[in-house]
Amino acid sequence: MLTYTLRRIAFAIPTLLIIAAAIFFLLELAPGDPMASVPLTVPSEVKEQMRQALGLGEPAPVRFMLWLRQFFWIEPLNVVDALFGTTFAEGELRIISWQNRAPVFLQIAERIPQTLWVVGTSYVVAILIAMPIGIYSAYRQYSLFDQAGTFITMVGFSVPPFFSGVLVIIIFSVQLGWFPTIYDTRHVVNDWSSFWVQVRQMILPVMVLALQITSQLSRFMRASVLDNLNQDYVRTARAKGLVERRVILVHVLRNSLLPVVTVIALYVPAIFSGAIITEQIFKVNGIGQLLITALQANDWPMVQTLSFIFAVLIVVSNLIADLLYGVLDPRIRYD
Amino acid sequence: MTERSATEPVTPVGTDAQVVVASHEPGPEAMAVPVDPGARSQWRDVWDQFRTHKGALIGAAVFAGICLVVLLGPYLWDLDPTKTDIRNKNQGSTFAHPMGTDQLGRDIFARMMMGGRISLAVGLTAMGLSILLGTLVGVLAGYFKRLDGLLMRLTDLFLALPILPLLLVLVVLFREPLAAAFGSQEVGIFVLMVTAIGITSWMQTARIVRGDVLALKEREFVLAARSIGTPARRIISRHMLPNVLSPIMVSATLGIATAIITESTLSFLGLGFPPDFPTWGRLLNDGVAYLQLYPMRAVWPGLAISAVVLSINYVGDGLRDALDPRIRGR
Repeated sequence: MLTYTLRRIAFAIPTLLIIAAAIFFLLELAPGDPMASVPLTVPSEVKEQMRQALGLGEPAPVRFMLWLRQFFWIEPLNVVDALFGTTFAEGELRIISWQNRAPVFLQIAERIPQTLWVVGTSYVVAILIAMPIGIYSAYRQYSLFDQAGTFITMVGFSVPPFFSGVLVIIIFSVQLGWFPTIYDTRHVVNDWSSFWVQVRQMILPVMVLALQITSQLSRFMRASVLDNLNQDYVRTARAKGLVERRVILVHVLRNSLLPVVTVIALYVPAIFSGAIITEQIFKVNGIGQLLITALQANDWPMVQTLSFIFAVLIVVSNLIADLLYGVLDPRIRYD
Repeated sequence: MTERSATEPVTPVGTDAQVVVASHEPGPEAMAVPVDPGARSQWRDVWDQFRTHKGALIGAAVFAGICLVVLLGPYLWDLDPTKTDIRNKNQGSTFAHPMGTDQLGRDIFARMMMGGRISLAVGLTAMGLSILLGTLVGVLAGYFKRLDGLLMRLTDLFLALPILPLLLVLVVLFREPLAAAFGSQEVGIFVLMVTAIGITSWMQTARIVRGDVLALKEREFVLAARSIGTPARRIISRHMLPNVLSPIMVSATLGIATAIITESTLSFLGLGFPPDFPTWGRLLNDGVAYLQLYPMRAVWPGLAISAVVLSINYVGDGLRDALDPRIRGR
């Protein structure tokens, strides 16, 4: 297991490097110039100094190395500094956004709590809904509940999030007026009534994000439970007189969760991509919205860093899914 | 040279399959039609199994219906989708305008059909490209051991790419240059969309095809073909491709749905087709601005996208069952 883990990590590093290089050199083709908005009256040598201050002016491969150093060394040092009050990273150039000349990671740190709240809540909600649906529709295969469930999950992942988002806004905000359409991220929770306001504004984005994940997960859960229901150990459990509830909820459930847990790990990047769209619909100022505005403003350092964070997320969750599978299921041995 | 091998593969595919291979572009319902109605061919069996799946049948009908309306509709409904009629702006559903008119008085029904043509064209072409790439990589990796490691690492690499951010970057970067290169904005963005979606969605097909080719390569009929001196490319085209056709067809069907969703997502985020060039995603995006007053304007394109994707997913489900010989006999 250890050698397998090490091998996987050893493979993940070049993968990430190649992806970083691909994104970087793709963005090199971009026409945007951070000095374009500087007035023409500014002398060219001052412009040159401004370029240097942004870390430009070197040839592309050098700047790529610089970016790697900034991402993997200087930014973590800054985190250490912020946590312990040390000054390791002093004087080092951080990754600077072209939009507002502020360090990219400061803005990401500002935005990420909103995204994590919405994404995390919807994932928990999705798992809590999908599990019982999956178990029950497998247990009563071809029943009315199963048929309805299969249809609803099919609809759930066929309807794209940008339409389900619009639909719930029309129904719950425009027609019924129950929930706000815009997510107010400056809202501070300090008592029960403000907590209730927070819950109300989170319901719609969470609902949209959870719908897709729920449909996928409950299909997996159903298939997994169906596989297990025909196993010999289930017959044994029943034969020795266990109550049905115990057979299903202890014996079958535990075994069916094995593949589903890995699927849950695998879908983490998908839900973050979904968040890009949901944040756009509900005006949540999370990292998805940060990416879109950076793209529209030709802010390439920001785009580069955010895309790379998405890639890290994908590689890491794939790694976790594979390792979890090996850890949880003793029948699977990688070595 | 005799190509017919003595041992039959698991899914025996006769000569009629070649016809289908040559034209695997059209919609899935066209593929399931038996080529030779007289004999009890494999495609007849597939069709019989497909018919028992009610959802798939309804899905195929809905998809065919939408395709027909979108293709033939503009000839019957000859309102110009770009003609503005400011006096009749923001109308609800009437006989003159079944889906109403937008803020410039343009007929939404005509715009929907126009948008559907583009959305479906993008979906079908992008799927074609992605299937082509996926099959190519999959067959090469599965058949030639020397290429296997390299190509599969490449596939893993592509699977680790952050697709949505990358697509957004591609569109932002290449929209202008490609529009200039092709002389018109529409053609440029169409080519860009199709290539971008195609080269970021072939990986699953490649993996499935590789797995199947690896298994097929060990079978006796391939050994027989090789022992009589059949060259590799002919083994691939006569023995491999017809036998991996089923998984390819299923992923092609589902690929249309993903491509349409991706295109609409980009257009919805304002990074797809230009505003005066309606696709369903773009129309939905335009409708969102008027959500409070005229919610139906966002609902129509959304419904169209969802209906197409849902029907395609059902067809894919039915096709998967119909093409699986282990299920078919039951």
